[in-house]
Amino acid sequence: MSHWQTICEVDALQANSGVCALVEGQQVAVFYMPKSQSVFALHNYDPFAKANVLSRGIIGDLKGEPIVASPVYKQHFNLKTGCCLEDETVKIPAYSVRIDQSHVQINLDYD
Amino acid sequence: MNTPKKTLVVIGNGMVGHHFLTSLVNSPIKETYHIVTFCEEPRAAYDRVHLSAFFSGQTADDLSLVEPGFFEQHGITLHIGDKAAQINREEQTVLSDKGVLIHYDTLVLATGSFPFVPPVPGHDRPECLVYRTIEDLEAIATVAQKSKVGVVVGGGLLGLEAAKALHDLGLKTHVVEFAPRLMAVQLDEAGGAMLRHKIEHLGVTVHTGKNTQLITDGEHCFNKMCFADGEELETDLILFSAGIRPRDDIARACGLEVGPRGGIVIDNQCKTSDANIYAIGECALWNGMIYGLVAPGYAMARTVVADLASQPASFTGADMSTKLKLMGVDVASIGDAHAKSQGALTYTYQNGDLEVYKRIVVSADKKQLLGAVLVGDASGYSTLLQYCLNGIELPEHPDTLILPSRSDESGGLGPDALPLSAQICSCYDVSKGDICQAIEAGCSTVGELKACTKAGSGCGGCAALVKSVLNSELTKQGVTVNTDLCEHFAYTRQDLFTLIKVEKITTFDDLIEKHGHGLGCDICKPTVASILASNWNDFVLKPDLAPLQDSNDAFLANIQKDGTYSVVPRIAGGEISPDMLITLGQVGKKYQLYTKITGGQRVDLFGARVEQLPLIWKDLIDAGFESGHAYGKSLRTVKSCVGSNWCRYGVDDSVGLAIELENRYKGLRSPHKIKFAVSGCTRECAEAQGKDVGIIATEHGWSLYVCGNGGMKPRHADLFATHLDKETLIKYIDRFLSFYIRTADRLQRTSVWMENMEGGLDYLKSVIIEDNLGLCEQLEEQMQHVVDTYQCEWKTTIEDESKLKRFKHFINSDQADDNIVFIEERGQLRPAETKDQKHFKLVEVA
Repeated sequence: MSHWQTICEVDALQANSGVCALVEGQQVAVFYMPKSQSVFALHNYDPFAKANVLSRGIIGDLKGEPIVASPVYKQHFNLKTGCCLEDETVKIPAYSVRIDQSHVQINLDYD
Repeated sequence: MNTPKKTLVVIGNGMVGHHFLTSLVNSPIKETYHIVTFCEEPRAAYDRVHLSAFFSGQTADDLSLVEPGFFEQHGITLHIGDKAAQINREEQTVLSDKGVLIHYDTLVLATGSFPFVPPVPGHDRPECLVYRTIEDLEAIATVAQKSKVGVVVGGGLLGLEAAKALHDLGLKTHVVEFAPRLMAVQLDEAGGAMLRHKIEHLGVTVHTGKNTQLITDGEHCFNKMCFADGEELETDLILFSAGIRPRDDIARACGLEVGPRGGIVIDNQCKTSDANIYAIGECALWNGMIYGLVAPGYAMARTVVADLASQPASFTGADMSTKLKLMGVDVASIGDAHAKSQGALTYTYQNGDLEVYKRIVVSADKKQLLGAVLVGDASGYSTLLQYCLNGIELPEHPDTLILPSRSDESGGLGPDALPLSAQICSCYDVSKGDICQAIEAGCSTVGELKACTKAGSGCGGCAALVKSVLNSELTKQGVTVNTDLCEHFAYTRQDLFTLIKVEKITTFDDLIEKHGHGLGCDICKPTVASILASNWNDFVLKPDLAPLQDSNDAFLANIQKDGTYSVVPRIAGGEISPDMLITLGQVGKKYQLYTKITGGQRVDLFGARVEQLPLIWKDLIDAGFESGHAYGKSLRTVKSCVGSNWCRYGVDDSVGLAIELENRYKGLRSPHKIKFAVSGCTRECAEAQGKDVGIIATEHGWSLYVCGNGGMKPRHADLFATHLDKETLIKYIDRFLSFYIRTADRLQRTSVWMENMEGGLDYLKSVIIEDNLGLCEQLEEQMQHVVDTYQCEWKTTIEDESKLKRFKHFINSDQADDNIVFIEERGQLRPAETKDQKHFKLVEVA
C-alpha cells in the first residue's frame, strides 16, 4: 500500500542538483531536473564514504540512465534504481517521488 | 660497511665531458666516487652545436647545458677557468694551471679539439679568427663591427654554419674551399653543386678549388688573400673553419699512446694505453678515426659510465649520418654517400625548379640501402636512415623512396617496419624495443615515455617517431586512442575551450545543445564550468553555473571524508599580521575547528558542517579575510621566503612580489590547481623550482621557472627566462597561464602538459616570448579580463540571501547531520571512526 507524503514545495529544490530532506528520521536526497520535470530520490548515505553526502553530488546521465556521482570518491549511482555503476554488489535505497501540483511528495516504501 | 670514496677526475667540461657527468650521476656507481672536473673556459658546458644562435640574440646562459645547481646537487667539484696542465701517471695526479693538485683513481680525458688553422703566412693577423668558443664569437662580433667583408676558410659543415653567422652580422660573405665542392665529406658533386647554387642565391659567394698561399695587407679592406691560381680576394675579417684537430697535448706529455696524426688512442671501452685513464669525444682516436660529431662522443661517454659500473659495453664506431639546415637549406647525408661500396648502384632525382637533389646508394642486389644525399628537401631522412641502419629490405623499386609521391600513398616507413633494435632516440640511445617495453609496462602517453625512457628529451628530433611507435603499439594492444572528453562531448577540452570562446557560449545548456548530447556528467560539467570561468569569470554559484561545479566549488569549501568541510582564507604570500592570526584562532575556537598550517603558508580550518560555512565566513570577512580558493582548480598560493626586507642574503623583495602575484591571479580558474613560489635569492628557500610558476631573484633581475611540480610525480621546473624586470615577468606569466588554460587537458598539471608538448620548452618559449603564433595579445587580454572581474566568492555569497539556501543540510529541518561525530586527539577534534569508539570519549558538538 502506497503512502505518499509531502516533504517540501518545488521551489525548495535546486535545479539540476540535489537537496537533502529529513523524512521520518531518514535522510533522503532529492534530485530535480526541471527540463524534463523529473524528480528522483535516493537515500543520502554514501556507502563508500560512509557519510551523508549524496545530495551534494553532480547529476547527469551515463548511457542514457540518470545518475549522481558521489562528491567524495566519485562512484556513480543510478538515480532510478540506486545501483552503483562501479560495483554491482552495492545498491542504495531508491524511493518513489513525484511532483503533485507544486508539492514534492515521497513514498518511503520500497522493495 | 663504508668504503672510502675513490676520486674520479674529468678533464674538460665541454658537451661530451658534461654528458659524461650527467650519465654518471644517473648511475648508482656515482656513490663510489668523489668527482672533480676541470673546465678551462670561464663557463661550464654549453651547446656548441647551436653556437650561431649567439648571434641571433641568445646569451651564454641560454646556451648553457648545465641544469641550475647541477654541480652542487651532485657534490661535483668544479674548477672553472682552470686548465688541467699535467698528468703524473705514476703518482696518479693531475696538476692545474692554478696549482690545484689532485690525486685520481680514474681519469677521463674530454679535452675536445681545436680549430685547425692552415699555416699560411699571415694566418695570425689580428682579423684572422676561429669559431669554437663563446669567446671566439665575442671576438668575431667585435671585429665584424669595423668590417664590411668576411671570408670563411672551409666549406664544410662548420664553415657554412660560420658563414651564416657572418652573413647575419651584415658582412658581405665569401666561402673559400680547398676541395672542388662544398661539404666534400658528406655530399657528392651534384649535391654539392645544388647546395652551392642555393647558398649563392642567398647572397654568399662561394669559391671552390682555392688554395690560400698568403694573407697580407689589402687595398680596400684590412686584408687580402692570395690563392695558388693567382687570384686575390680582398676581405676585412677571415674566419678559419678548416677542420678540427684533437687536443691531445696533455696526453702526449704524459706518454699516453697517440695516433700518427694526433688523437688519444682508445679501445672499445674508451680506455687509453693506461688502464686508469679513459678518453672520450673529439680528443679520442678509435680505430684510426676521430669523430667530430657530438652523438658519437655521447656514446663514448655512456660506454665509460657502463664500464665503470662493470657492465658490458663497448664503443664500436658510430654512424656519421647528419641532417641539418644550413643557411635555411636542408642538407642530409647518410652512410656511403659517395657510392664507394663494391657494385653499388645509385638512383638520382634532381628538380631544377624547386632546387631539390636526392640520391640514394643501393647494394648490388638492390636489397639494402647503403647511403643517401639529400639537398633542398630532407624530409625523407628519418625513413632512409632507418632503412640504412637496420638493413630493412628495400621496396622493389628503390627509386620510389626519393621520387616525389603524387598520390596519397605515403612513402614513409611505418613504425611497424622497424626492428626492435632500431635506435629511435640517438641522444639517449633508446631503441624501439626499449619504447615497446615501456609501453607494455604501462606508459600510454609521450610524456610518460619521455619520463620513463628519456626518448625525445634530448634534441627532440625523434618526438614524431616516438609518438608513432606509441600509437602503433597501443593500437596493437587494442587500445583505441580516444581523446573525447566524455560520452557527452566528442571533443577535447581544448576544442571545447575554442568553441566556447569563439561562439561566446556562456551556459552549459547552450553548449551541450549545440555541440553535445545527453545531460552531461561529473566529467564534462566541471570541465565546462572551469572553461566558462576562465573565459567569462562569472560568479560560480549563479543558478545555471552552480550545478556544474565539482564537490568543492559547489560549496566553496573542501569536502572531507566525513562530509564536513575545511575552510582556507587567503593569506597572500604567507604574510599575516598578529591581529589577523588572532582572528583565525578565535574563529577556529568559536566553531571548534581543527586547525593546521598548510604547505602553502596558510591555515586550514577543518570540521565545519555545511550549515556553518556562511557563519564562519561572515566572521572571517568582517575581520578582513577573503576566500583562499583552496576549493578550486585555480591559483592556490604564492609561497615566499622572507626576502630582502629581513634576510641577510636576500637580493630582492620576494614577499612583496608574491603578494602582488597572488592578488593578481587569485580566483583564476584553470585545468588544475596552480602553485607559485618566489625566492628572494638563489638559496631558494621558497622551493620555487618545484612549482608551476617559480620566480627567483638574482642581481640581474627575476628568473622565471615554469612547469615544476612536487607531489606524486615531482618535476624540476624549467628555466624559462632570466634578467626580467617585474613588468616583463608579469607579462610572461599572464601569457603562460592563459596558454596553459587554453591548451591543457582536463586535470592536467603544467608539468604533464609540458612533458606532452610537442617541441617542449623551446616551443613554449617561441609562443610566449617570441609570439610565433601571434597569440600574445589575446592571451594577455584573456588574463586581464579575469584580473579585472575578480570577486571574493564568499563575500558575494553571504551578501545574497538566495545563495545561502544551499548551505543547509536539510531543506525541511534545522537539525544537523547526526552521522558527523568527532573525537578529541592532541587537544583538537577529528572525525571519529568506528574503531575509535572503544578508546576515546565521543564529543558532542552543538
